Amino acid sequence: MPIGLSLSKDGAESDMWSGTPLFPEQASTMAGRVDALYFFLIAISTFFSLLIAGLIVFFAIKYRRRAPESVGAVIHGGLLLELAWTIIPFVISMVIFVWGASVFFAMSRPPDETIDIYVVGKQWMWKFQHLDGQREINELHVPVGRPVRLIMASEDVIHDVFVPAFRVKADVIPGRYTHIWFQPTKPGRYQLFCAEYCGTRHSGMTGQVVVMEPSEYQTWLSGGVPEGSLASAGAKLFQDLACNTCHRPDAQGRGPVLEGLFGKTVTLQSGETITVDEAYVRESILNPAAKVAAGFQPIMPTSQGLVTEEQLLELIEYVKSLSVLAQVQAR
Amino acid sequence: MPSSTVFMPPRHYLNDGYGIKSWLLTRDHKRIGLLYLAAITLFFFVGGAFAVLIRLELATPAGDLVSDETYNKLFTMHGVMMVFFFLIPSIPATLGNFLVPIMIGAKDLAFPKLNLASWYIYIIGGAFTLYALVAGGVDTGWTFYTPFSTVSSTTNVIPTALGVFITGFSSILTGLNFIVTIHRMRAPGMTWFRMPLFIWSMYATSLIFVLGTPVIAITIALVAVERLFHFGFFDPRLGGDPVLFQHLFWFYSHPAVYIMVLPSMGVVSELVAAFCRKQVFGYSFVAFASLAIAVLGFLVWGHHMFVAGQSVYSALVFSILSFLVAIPSAVKVFNWTATMYRGSISWQTPMLYAIGFIGLFTIGGLTGLFLAAVGLDVHVTDTYFIIAHFHYIMVGGTLMGYLGGLHYWWPKISGRLYPEFLAKLSAGIIFLGFNLTFFPQFVLGYLGMPRRYHAYPPEFQVLNVLSSAGASILGVGYLIPMIYLMWSLRYGRLAGSNPWGAVGLEWTTTSPPPTENFAETPVITSEVYDYSAPLEDHVA
Repeated sequence: MPIGLSLSKDGAESDMWSGTPLFPEQASTMAGRVDALYFFLIAISTFFSLLIAGLIVFFAIKYRRRAPESVGAVIHGGLLLELAWTIIPFVISMVIFVWGASVFFAMSRPPDETIDIYVVGKQWMWKFQHLDGQREINELHVPVGRPVRLIMASEDVIHDVFVPAFRVKADVIPGRYTHIWFQPTKPGRYQLFCAEYCGTRHSGMTGQVVVMEPSEYQTWLSGGVPEGSLASAGAKLFQDLACNTCHRPDAQGRGPVLEGLFGKTVTLQSGETITVDEAYVRESILNPAAKVAAGFQPIMPTSQGLVTEEQLLELIEYVKSLSVLAQVQAR
Repeated sequence: MPSSTVFMPPRHYLNDGYGIKSWLLTRDHKRIGLLYLAAITLFFFVGGAFAVLIRLELATPAGDLVSDETYNKLFTMHGVMMVFFFLIPSIPATLGNFLVPIMIGAKDLAFPKLNLASWYIYIIGGAFTLYALVAGGVDTGWTFYTPFSTVSSTTNVIPTALGVFITGFSSILTGLNFIVTIHRMRAPGMTWFRMPLFIWSMYATSLIFVLGTPVIAITIALVAVERLFHFGFFDPRLGGDPVLFQHLFWFYSHPAVYIMVLPSMGVVSELVAAFCRKQVFGYSFVAFASLAIAVLGFLVWGHHMFVAGQSVYSALVFSILSFLVAIPSAVKVFNWTATMYRGSISWQTPMLYAIGFIGLFTIGGLTGLFLAAVGLDVHVTDTYFIIAHFHYIMVGGTLMGYLGGLHYWWPKISGRLYPEFLAKLSAGIIFLGFNLTFFPQFVLGYLGMPRRYHAYPPEFQVLNVLSSAGASILGVGYLIPMIYLMWSLRYGRLAGSNPWGAVGLEWTTTSPPPTENFAETPVITSEVYDYSAPLEDHVA
């Protein structure tokens, strides 16, 4: 369908649809790509639906029973036809598969430089934490034209972040981190829904993404941060929980040195290797014995029940900041 | 060639014993089929009443008719009732029970007592679920997703889970019974490739019953154990994995979609052959397509979890397999259409339902391609697009086939004809009402309206009002057949043994058939759907 394909290439035409209730607004770099595939599928579906419906109506009229005793012609089938209507749908569906897969790859791979924002879902609200320390509830401010990555966790049951105008969606699952990324293309306010049923007030678990011009966003960011950055809150927690008695920067502690650790690959006692990412840091805090680094004893106590999801994020951000610091010092 | 012998046989399965005991202790597959028919009709109307309330609530954007708690219970109970207690048993337990032995020339199923037991198991499971309803309902959604169902919900999860668990065994026993019957009890001359396509579809369905149902039973049992005893299967705080539940649940529940639609495809093959008076085009392709769907259907469950944090590569594998399972369905649609070419096509009610099925199933199947394409699924999953898609398959597909089959075999079941004009009228009402209800939901879903929402943004209202209006038309469409079919039991014109001039073993015996189905075991001497020879020449 030419309209759909041109939508993806030429953003100006998308205004044609705004205000009509049949298509959602396109407000991210992904929206045009998803819509192009959607229109292609509508074209395919319309063609085959009309083909089948047309044939059925035509046959039903042309070959209607004219005498009560009449029977149909003796036809058993035809190999060529069977092959044709097996192979043609197969080829078409493989085209759709490859197309859908390529869109999905783009959705799954964020660019290198993203603005990271932590999201915690709980019954029935969204909490957003910016690295600089701003906290928001049910509202998320982001700049236009920059890729944004959400690192998401749940405090209770499964939730799902869904922003129709961006064509992105991902479950927010307790016990692990999931990610989505998007790059807004137009300033404005966009609906955010919880798309995974989460109990009584599920349909009230909504919010808005506020996309701002970069200058406005900077103003917003610098406005009133009482608690300091996420990493600094994590640093304080690191002291309060006495993590620093074992995780010391001088390699004299009973636990691994955390400086420069994030993003590295470490060897475990089992001989396997693992990349230190958010999920591994999280697991090591909550369930330290699960994957102990080689050369250390499984003596670390669990913090399960002692730290909230949000505090976990602060700790992770602190551990990340130690790596950034180490990189700067190395230079 | 309408039958010239229009009379009510003096002795048939309906007058072979009277009174409640003769029904509740019967071992006759036909009577058990009718017991199921009564039970699933009850569940259909209970589930339908919930649907009416859901659509009434959604006529306005604000959550104003019922509370959010009640709304969540309404869609949960609608799903549980319709999926586990209506759609899954619908065609196999009623028409399948009635027809499988007759269509292959047998006196009964292989295990008549087991057959009766399976009905009682179904009723016990249904009783647990109805108890859960009366005791205050359940709000987990029919999918019972963890950890919500195990740690968060405060409603009657255990009784509902027990109901689903128990009912599963009735499916397993029915499947077992059909498989053994089809293997061992075919009449002389009834070779595998002379079997009606309905039997092939029952065979494929039975395989899924036997292989898939134990998995849902175990999964639901794990939910109950975690909820009661805090064993950590799914709750991450106990060391479990919430997504593991989804894998187990959909390993059964995706094949269950084929449990629902394969029997209906079997019915449609029979209807198209009978009302075109013609051999089904590409008989063996249609038969093997049923088996291909049953096998491939077990390998696509992960497409329900494209946004649930599975790896990119496993998503791609499930995506490509989901496209493959679409091929045999497409093959069937093309073959049915080709069957009409140079047929002698009657426009009687069952054919209208068959045509309705092909049209709606085509739309349901094609929109499945949207969902199999991972990059597009991300946007539309968990929205009304999904709701519309699976209602096109389950209501547009399964229910149209079921109603078409019920009309086609009603003269055989009851010995009487239903009123043709009313039947055509209600088939038309159902087709229109269905499309008005569910087509706007595709648009709503792409706009982004999430499923299971009690209240929604006002810009979605117009489409929701259309949908609710369609639902009220659909409701009327379902009530009319209910009324005239009951009416016809007493007042309908006598049908005679073969009112449609169809071929097939079931039309060689009286309407209604005797308890033992055939006066003497038939010997099949003709190919299936052979309209070149009169029905009398099909058996010796």
